[in-house]
Amino acid sequence: MNILEKLASIDRRYIFVLIALTVVIPLLFPIGMPITETDEVRAIYDYIEGLPPGSAILVALDYDPAALAELYPMTLAVLHHAYSRKIKVIGMTLWPGGAALGNLAMREAAEGIAQAGEDYVYLGFVTGYSAVIMGMGEDISAVFPTDYSGKPLSEIPVMKGIKNYKDIALVIDLAAGSSPESWVVYAGTKYNQTIAVGCTAVSAVGYYPFLNSGQIIGLIGGMKGAAEYEKLIETRGAATAGMDSQSISHVFIIVLIIVANISYFAMRRREK
Amino acid sequence: MGTTIGTFIAAGLTLCVYSFLYKDNPFYKFAEHLFVGVAAGYTIAIVAWHQTIVRLIWHPIKADGNFTVLIPTAIGLLMFSRFIPRYRWLIRWPLAFTIGVWAGASIPRIMQSFIFEQAEATLQPFTAVGNLQLFTTINSVIIAIGVLCTLIYFFFSVEHRGPIGVTSRIGTFFLMVSFGAAFGYTVMARISLLIGRIYFLLRDWLHIVQ
Repeated sequence: MNILEKLASIDRRYIFVLIALTVVIPLLFPIGMPITETDEVRAIYDYIEGLPPGSAILVALDYDPAALAELYPMTLAVLHHAYSRKIKVIGMTLWPGGAALGNLAMREAAEGIAQAGEDYVYLGFVTGYSAVIMGMGEDISAVFPTDYSGKPLSEIPVMKGIKNYKDIALVIDLAAGSSPESWVVYAGTKYNQTIAVGCTAVSAVGYYPFLNSGQIIGLIGGMKGAAEYEKLIETRGAATAGMDSQSISHVFIIVLIIVANISYFAMRRREK
Repeated sequence: MGTTIGTFIAAGLTLCVYSFLYKDNPFYKFAEHLFVGVAAGYTIAIVAWHQTIVRLIWHPIKADGNFTVLIPTAIGLLMFSRFIPRYRWLIRWPLAFTIGVWAGASIPRIMQSFIFEQAEATLQPFTAVGNLQLFTTINSVIIAIGVLCTLIYFFFSVEHRGPIGVTSRIGTFFLMVSFGAAFGYTVMARISLLIGRIYFLLRDWLHIVQ
């Protein structure tokens, strides 16, 4: 059996171990590879940066713990940016599994720079999906009578003067599923709401048409997008820490693909 | 203390799941069944009980004396008539209501968002060709060709021969490029999830990484 045949029949568990090493070693010994921000991430940053203090944004935390690795860092980065700009943040979620997660994220990002009730409010989860999106276009308090802790919205200072999308400068949907499409269809098309999207890398490909058509103003895709946003707000978070591992493991996978293809075509030629 | 126990449980379950990479084993099976059960139970408890029964049915009746909520409740319960062969036909009522409302609310807006605005965005650069930069113009032409050829590929009413065959092959090429991009993004997503888990193990569990 020559080298090409050996490579083609290698036990996959060796590959698993090597992939694990390409992830673990850069985490233990960071290299600090440069991160370049893309236009689609910068667009969201610039939009939030350009909002006057006291503006309100709605952050839809539409994910559950399965997408934590990619979406939690970008959640913290976006929330931290909004809090530091004194922008009011209204948090909510369309995913039942993300209800407690959203509360955790908003509190963690607010540590030391924002106060619950005064600077942000977390409304929690309400079932209904597209009905929730459409309902908030008319009256947010009709859909969410209370916040996540059960306090009526009328008693929460940050909600003063905010009734529906007309009072919200930006909706940013941080999503693990296809909820950005619903936000674009129901909030963007019907109420002309400005929408930005943060999503897992798997979903990002499907949202570039919305970005190119102007239906969303920006797109944060996966952990790389989160790392770019962390760089823009001059913070080193979990996403930035994972970029070295990301790059090295990707190079390793590319090498594997090339070797596998060479092996495949060489063996096929030999059989002929 | 609670956080520490939770971290250890999470780390243990993470390792149980990753043990599958060596081979299938009872630890993996336990973690998998635990996850499915907890996820299903959590969703049913939150969505079915707290959000539907308590918030939408019980609370309006108890707090506001609003008994009209029983009408949509009854219509919704007709969904379960599916399981009684003699009354299976009753499911048509809630289905008709649901589909009718959804179609009325969604179809015009989905057509607007997914078709009209996308088509407008594809063609709009050609309305200002003289004012565009070279790269943008070339990009717009490539996108338009790609959209047209890909749509022709999916048009099966005509045999893919001659000019239609050629444009269909070009559409296939664009499809392959998009699948490659999707594959690349998928690989990045999966590696990101692995990085997230290992980062949790090294930072939150073992405290090796800050």
